[in-house]
Amino acid sequence: MDATARARDLLGVTRLSDSALTSWLHSLPGVDQVGCEARAASLGTRSIKTTSKAWAIDLAISMIDLTTLEGADTPGKVRGLCAKALTPDPTDPATPRPAAVCVYGDLAAVAKKALGSSGVNVAAVATAFPSGRALMPVKLADTEDAVQAGADEIDMVIDRGAFLSGDYLTVFREIAQVAQACVRPEGSRARLKVIMETGELVTYDNVRRASWLSMLAGADFIKTSTGKVSPAATLPVTLVMLEAVRDWRDATGEMVGVKPAGGIRTSKDAVKFLVAVSEVAGDDWLDPYWFRFGASSLLNDLLLQRQKLATGAYSGADYVTDDSPSLY
Amino acid sequence: MATFEYAPAPESRSVVDIRPSYGLFIDGAFTESQGGSAFKSVNPATEEVLAEVTAASEADVDRAVAAARRAYQGVWGRMSGTDRGKYLFRIARLLQERSREFAVLESIDNGKPIKESRDVDVPLAAAHFFYHAGWADKLEYAGLGTDPRPLGVVGQVIPWNFPLLMLAWKVAPALATGNTVVIKPAETTPLSALLFAEVLQQADLPPGVVNIVTGAGATGQAIVDHPDIDKLAFTGSTGVGKMIARSIAGTRKKATLELGGKAANIVFDDAPLDQAVEGIVNGIFFNQGHVCCAGSRLLVQESIAEEVERRLKRRLGTLRVGDPLDKNTDVGAINSQAQLQRITELTAAGEAEGAERWDNGCELPAKGFWFRPTVFTGVSQTHRIAQEEIFGPVLSVLTFRTPHEAVAKANNTPYGLSAGIWTEKGSRILWMADQLRAGVVWANTFNKFDPTSPFGGYKESGYGREGGRHGLYAYVATGDAK
Repeated sequence: MDATARARDLLGVTRLSDSALTSWLHSLPGVDQVGCEARAASLGTRSIKTTSKAWAIDLAISMIDLTTLEGADTPGKVRGLCAKALTPDPTDPATPRPAAVCVYGDLAAVAKKALGSSGVNVAAVATAFPSGRALMPVKLADTEDAVQAGADEIDMVIDRGAFLSGDYLTVFREIAQVAQACVRPEGSRARLKVIMETGELVTYDNVRRASWLSMLAGADFIKTSTGKVSPAATLPVTLVMLEAVRDWRDATGEMVGVKPAGGIRTSKDAVKFLVAVSEVAGDDWLDPYWFRFGASSLLNDLLLQRQKLATGAYSGADYVTDDSPSLY
Repeated sequence: MATFEYAPAPESRSVVDIRPSYGLFIDGAFTESQGGSAFKSVNPATEEVLAEVTAASEADVDRAVAAARRAYQGVWGRMSGTDRGKYLFRIARLLQERSREFAVLESIDNGKPIKESRDVDVPLAAAHFFYHAGWADKLEYAGLGTDPRPLGVVGQVIPWNFPLLMLAWKVAPALATGNTVVIKPAETTPLSALLFAEVLQQADLPPGVVNIVTGAGATGQAIVDHPDIDKLAFTGSTGVGKMIARSIAGTRKKATLELGGKAANIVFDDAPLDQAVEGIVNGIFFNQGHVCCAGSRLLVQESIAEEVERRLKRRLGTLRVGDPLDKNTDVGAINSQAQLQRITELTAAGEAEGAERWDNGCELPAKGFWFRPTVFTGVSQTHRIAQEEIFGPVLSVLTFRTPHEAVAKANNTPYGLSAGIWTEKGSRILWMADQLRAGVVWANTFNKFDPTSPFGGYKESGYGREGGRHGLYAYVATGDAK
């Protein structure tokens, strides 16, 4: 069933119109900002120690989309990042690998070649990332190119302008078409992450609506941010998205993944997100297939903490390898 | 599938030094009782005896009141507001400095989770002293009336649910307005008050300004009946409050009473549901439901009742019940065997009367006093569990159809301490708040406290207000009044 037919079915309408989408999205329960932020803060006070900390650190490493999205990216830098993904900590081969390496589409082939069949996926951003301000044929070509270059996952951006002007149908159609463009010639498909750029949506009500709209249109993942807009992935925003995927499963039986991206730099922060995943969406989501961190410097902090748990002492930044020092 | 098991994360007990036995804090020093007996304070999570505490005799209370009178006449009643404020600021800072010690001790003696004593009880207690410290030299400008003056010696009797916080609610305004105090902490939770005595010594508070006498009902009665007490402040059950009101009838003693409650937490169909569920949980499972303003009756609009019940039960599945000192514990121990029996009896009555009982099925520790977070659905106004204060982690769910029905049901109780409203509609919040006969009405939140905000009840929930400018009234005489 295509996305539009499924949406008509879920909404109980004969024709999928803007007004049908509006009344559906606007009937979702509101989010009280104060209460939402208080709940996120209280989840952040969980004390994760010893064995559970070690477990959470390894899980967080395995959930990272190790990311470089800079104008200055080169094949050399991407190969370095891939080497890091394949061997996060040369001093401990038992260290888990990140889930994916995330790059711009033109470097997807470089990443694919470096990662091969290691099991570490290639994720490519597409659809005129990060602003999304391009015509649809360009966005689709962008997506198709990345898939053709070997991307296992596509991270698209929604048209925030359309969303904020209430043109939900346009947002829906774009997501649905990009999802189609993720289909490979032989029929398999790249998984689609839909970036809502929550920093530009501003309200939690908008985040909830954009989440449901993305899921309705066929998102495999809903993702907070491009990393180019501040604020990026906050815990309360992720909380609202975790509630959305939980309720979506109640409504449809289907699971959708969640990816906070941007601004998560410390192990302590990452563990707070995992606590939220566990207590809000449920432990089913505690799997790299259903939850990701879009991050770069987070990996090395997790590795530092991991070494500390093993040895009892902090080493230092020079004792974890760094293949993506920022130019800025 | 992985599961996130939280390893134990206990707060260290070593910050607290509990003495084997305690005397009474009278006239600035710990003294032996004259004719009093001893009783034990236990840790309700383990049933371990923590310390032996003195049950003050009538003679002890008499000594305490005499010390308070001397301090009132000699020092405190004539001290300038600026100087009283300095002492209060000092006490507030000491509470903050020793906050970890107080939090751990409170959790050990009371059974409440450390995250609550650490994040709510102790910071709020310090905040009450800071707030009232600021008032001490500004009473003339508080709009209380002309020439606000202290009343004299104040007798205060406080409950076991928030031992240190209730002490702060009572002691801070009394001292700020120039009164001296004889206070009795509850018999099951005397230890934080006794530690507070050390803070008073550290702060160099003049002897006799605050006297702390431990004991049970008889000690409380001795305070209430003492002829040289000018004012009484009590927080506790409505039954005891009525006894106090009878005892002082016909005397010159003034009183403020903060008594029981059976608050309605009202959820409309346009509520922010996820936050409403949090508010319901916080309303009744905060502090094991040992909260006089707990949202113990959930009134939910019938059209969303099933949805709310489903979400609520799922949420209760993630509540962590157990060791109060574990930083991840959400619900701690029931304060005493007697309270556990009362909760058990009332919940049995709920089942017998036909309400449907559900609990979250969590494992409970083998020793100590515990009760699972419990929800009754299909409850009617006539059921005992909808009328009587359970004072435990037990929620009664009732439904309503219209705002008018919600108001009628919410007000259909002899109590009137607090209420909660959950709706995205601002005009409805204002209309409801106007109709509800409750001292505190929370909108899209619950169990939020602040020293600047007055707190108190309607009807059988008591009279007088504590906190805010209103709370000062209870401790001053103005104009020509004597």
